[in-house]
Amino acid sequence: MIYNDLSIIFPEIFLSLYAMVALVGAVYTSKDEIAQKVTWFTAVVFILLAFWMIFSEAQTEIAFGGMFINDAFSRFSKIIILLSGAVVLIMGQDYMSRRGFLRFEYPLIIALSVVGMMVMVSAGDLMALYMGLELQSLALYVIAAFKRDSLKSTEAGLKYFVLGALSSGLLLYGSALTYGYSGTTLFNGILENVNANSPSLGLLFGLALVTAGLAFKVSAVPFHMWTPDVYEGAPTPVTAFLATVPKMAAICLFMRVMFDAFGNILGDWQQIIVLLSILSMFLGAFAAIGQNDFKRLLAYSSIAHMGYALIGLAAGTEFGVQAVLEYMTIYITMNIGVFAILMSMQRDGQSVTEIASLRMISETDPGKAIALLILLFSLAGVPPMLGFFAKFEVLRAAINADLIYLAIMGVLASVIGAFYYLKIVYLIYFGEMPEAPLDNSKAPILKTIWTASAAIMVFGVISLFGVEEMAKAAASSLLN
Amino acid sequence: MGAEVFAFYLFALSTITGGLFTVLSRNPVHSVLWLILSFLSSAGLFILLGAEFVAMLLIIVYVGAVAVLFLFVVMMLDVDFASLKAEMSKYLPLGLLIVVILLMELAMGLAVWVPADGAQAARAAPTPIEFHNTAALGLLLYDKYFLLFQLAGLILLVAMIGAIVLTLRHRKDVKRQDILAQIYRDPDKSLSLKNVKPGQGL
Repeated sequence: MIYNDLSIIFPEIFLSLYAMVALVGAVYTSKDEIAQKVTWFTAVVFILLAFWMIFSEAQTEIAFGGMFINDAFSRFSKIIILLSGAVVLIMGQDYMSRRGFLRFEYPLIIALSVVGMMVMVSAGDLMALYMGLELQSLALYVIAAFKRDSLKSTEAGLKYFVLGALSSGLLLYGSALTYGYSGTTLFNGILENVNANSPSLGLLFGLALVTAGLAFKVSAVPFHMWTPDVYEGAPTPVTAFLATVPKMAAICLFMRVMFDAFGNILGDWQQIIVLLSILSMFLGAFAAIGQNDFKRLLAYSSIAHMGYALIGLAAGTEFGVQAVLEYMTIYITMNIGVFAILMSMQRDGQSVTEIASLRMISETDPGKAIALLILLFSLAGVPPMLGFFAKFEVLRAAINADLIYLAIMGVLASVIGAFYYLKIVYLIYFGEMPEAPLDNSKAPILKTIWTASAAIMVFGVISLFGVEEMAKAAASSLLN
Repeated sequence: MGAEVFAFYLFALSTITGGLFTVLSRNPVHSVLWLILSFLSSAGLFILLGAEFVAMLLIIVYVGAVAVLFLFVVMMLDVDFASLKAEMSKYLPLGLLIVVILLMELAMGLAVWVPADGAQAARAAPTPIEFHNTAALGLLLYDKYFLLFQLAGLILLVAMIGAIVLTLRHRKDVKRQDILAQIYRDPDKSLSLKNVKPGQGL
C-alpha cells in the first residue's frame, strides 16, 4: 500500500529531494557563487517534471486514503505551476545577481514552495490542504523579505507573515468547525455527511471561515489588504512570483474545496463567492486609478483579476471551472510578460518602478513599447487580445449559470479598469518626453520572455496549443 | 460527584483561569507563568481523556521548552508593554464590538447543535486497548498520516532555511580561528633565530 501511495506522489518526493540535495550540495561547495547555476538547474527540473506530467498516462489516482488526489485537474494546475515557476526563476536570476542579492537558497525555497502548491492542488483532506498551504506560504514569507537589507522588503515579509498567520488561523478555525459538524476531514467524507437540504449552522460557519482563509490567499477583497504593500516592498522577481504561481495554486485549491467538500451545498457558498468577486473587481478597478507605482498598480490589477476568476467559480458549473483554469493560464502568461518589462526598467543601473518613467518609451525602445501595449490591452480585456477571451469565457459561464447580474458587474468593472491600463498606453505613446529617459535594456532573456508573452496574447486567439482541451478534461475530472 | 468529575472541573477551571490571567496580568513575566499553569492543567485534562502520551508531551515540550523560551524572550527583550497596551486601548471599543458580534453568532451556531448524519460514527475513534498510547500514535503518524507527517517536516525545513537566510551574516572583518592552518604552520617559515650580540641589539 505504501509503495503504491509513494509512487503516486513521486513528483512531490522528487522535487523535495532535489531541494534538499541541492541545498546540502551548495552549502558544502561554493555557496552563493553557484547561485545562478542552481537557479537555472532548478528551472530545468521544474520543466522536466512538467513534461513528465504532460506525457505520463492520465488517470485518477488516490493516495493515502483519499488525502492526496492525482487527477486531470491537479495535473493541469501542477503543469501550469511548474512551467510558470520555471519562467519566473529564469527571469529573476539576472536581476537579482546584478543587484547582489541572489543566493543559492532562493531557487530552493521556491522549489519547496512549489512542492507545497502541488500538495495544495492535490489535497483531498482538510489537513493535507493546511499542510500544503502552510509549506507554500512560509516559503513565500521568506522570499518576500529576501532583500534583507532593504527596509521595505523586510516590512513586506513581516506584514505578509503576520496577516498570513491570521488567515491561517481563520482557515484552521473553519476546518475545526467543519470537522466537528461533519465528523471527518476528508473532502469526500464531508460531502457525504453534509445534509444537502438543511446543512447545520455550525457547518456553514466552518464553510464561511474556510472561505475567508482561502480568499486571503487569492487576495480577494475584503482580504486583500496585504497585497499592495507586499507587492511593492518585495523585490521585483519575488513580486513576479507572488503575482503568478501561488495565485494558480490558491484558486485551484479554492475550487477543489468548494466542489469536492461542499459541492452539494452550492447555494450556500455561491453567495459568498459572488460577493468576494464583485468587491474584488470593483476595488481593483477603482483603487488602481490613483497609483503611481507600477508594482502597486499590478497588485490592484491582480486583485481585480482574481475577482474575474472567482466569477467562474461562482457559476458552480463544469464550464465555469474550465473558464477559471483558462483564465488563470492566460492571466499568468500575460503577467509574466508585464513583469519581464518591469524588471527591465532601469535608469543609470537603478531599477525604477514609477509609471511616469515609462513616458515615451515608444521613441527610445519601440519593440518594448509595442509588447507592453499588447500586454496592457490584454490585461484590460480589449477584444483582439487573448485577455478578452479569458474574460469572455468566465462571463459566459456566469450567464449560463443564470448569474446575469454578476456578468453585468464584471463588464462594468472591466470598463472602469480599462482606464488605468489605457492611461499607461497613453503615456507610452503620447506622453511628454522625460528629462531622464530609461536605459535601453540589454537583457536578452527578459526580452525573449516579454516578446513571447505578447506574441501569445496576439496569436493565442488562433490556437491555444491544446490548453482548452486540457482545461476541459481537468474541469470534468473535478466535478465527476 | 466522583473524583474524575471533580478533577475535570478543577483542571478545566484552572485552564480557563490561566488563560484569562495570561491576557490580563500587567507583568509579562507573570503572564508567562499563568500560561504555564494553563499548559499544566490542559495536560491534566489530556490524562483524564486517557491520552497520557500527549499530556507528557505537553509538559515536556510546551512547559519545558516553549514556555521557558518565552520567559527568556520576555525577560531579555526590552519591550515596552505599557505603550503597547496604550495603543491597544485605542482599538478596544471596536475590538469589543467585534467580539460581541462573534460571540452572538457563535452562540447562535452552537445553540442549534445538529451534527450531520453519520458525523458521530465517523468521529468515534475508540481508545486502542491492545496498544498503549505511544504505539497507537506512532502507528497513525507513520502509516495513515505519513504524508502529513513528512510535510510537517518540510515546513520545519523551510522555517530553518528561512531563519538562516534572513539572519546569518558572514562577517569578513572578524578574525576566526582556523585550527588546520595553525597545525600546518611551518616553524621554519615563521621563526627565525637571530644571534644578538651583547650590548648592540638588532
